[in-house]
Amino acid sequence: MRLITHNMLQCHVKNCNNNNFPLRFEDVQVELIEADFNAEFLSNMMNKIEWDALYNTAIQLGINTLPAQMPEDAEENEEFLKLVHNVLLETHVQQGQMVCPNCAHVYKIRDGIPNMLLAEHEI
Amino acid sequence: MSRPEHIAPPEIYYGDDEARKYTDNSRITAIQAEMAYRALELLNLTEGPKYLLDIGCGSGLSGEILEEEGHTWVGMDISPAMLDVANEREVEGDLFLQDAGQGIAFRPGTFDGCISVSVLQWLCNADKTINRPKARIQRFFTTLYAALDKGARAVFQFYPENDDQIQLLIDVATKCGFEGGLLVDYPNSKKAKKYYLCLFAGVQSGKKNQMPSAL
Ligand SMILES: [Zn+2]
Repeated sequence: MRLITHNMLQCHVKNCNNNNFPLRFEDVQVELIEADFNAEFLSNMMNKIEWDALYNTAIQLGINTLPAQMPEDAEENEEFLKLVHNVLLETHVQQGQMVCPNCAHVYKIRDGIPNMLLAEHEI
Repeated sequence: MSRPEHIAPPEIYYGDDEARKYTDNSRITAIQAEMAYRALELLNLTEGPKYLLDIGCGSGLSGEILEEEGHTWVGMDISPAMLDVANEREVEGDLFLQDAGQGIAFRPGTFDGCISVSVLQWLCNADKTINRPKARIQRFFTTLYAALDKGARAVFQFYPENDDQIQLLIDVATKCGFEGGLLVDYPNSKKAKKYYLCLFAGVQSGKKNQMPSAL
């Protein structure tokens, strides 16, 4: 799973509706996989990204390349978009788990695939 | 021919052997590709690369069509064996092991569109005693509606079992806020006839939702 998709994920356990984002990574293995840079796609996505969550998640994974604030010209700033590209689209979480900050549900990640299945009492 | 959704739940039916057979069968892959293209066309996207969701992505056959067309995608499937095949094939999309009937887990307004190929009929099937189809469809559509950008579409190619099933899907979708309905391509050809449920998540500013024309 790439970090762009982690930034869109929230906990979906029944009645877990507040403080259920971002899911906190634990014991993760990260892999960098090169991808084609697509400025137009990233530019379109910038208004959907929760920057604080991305910044803090990146720091937690030992990635210190992002600025604490999204620049005002983010959508046209190619240098910035290239940094974001590396973090959002080339950084893959392959193993580990994600924990909901609210209900503490653990979503395990195996071979890059998070297990989002819920138990019967969580539906 | 008996319907696979009557034989076993999808995560059991599509075990290792069936997952591989499905992906290696050139007739199946050609039909899947054609329906994925059609679903993508029916999304009626504006120009440019989009962020799309594929429900029941299986081994990534439809996701690869999205990739070829320049989009970034996220896929979910309930069959671990299918997802393993997708991983082996090194598809670009992010994969999730997920049961759509339990709802999807994305923030509001995340996706520019959603496609699904040959999956929805599984959701209508009460294959376990705890599975109440109507409640599951409702949970799925409610969370999908929220995860779509305003005015975005969700297009599901599926194999309805009967008219009641079609009506149930449309009723629940409408209750969850979707507009839209059923599109039948090649209605007079027994072989080519295809069903697409086309749903609109609200209205794009200044545009009225209009059902696409059938082929
Ligand atoms: Zn939670």
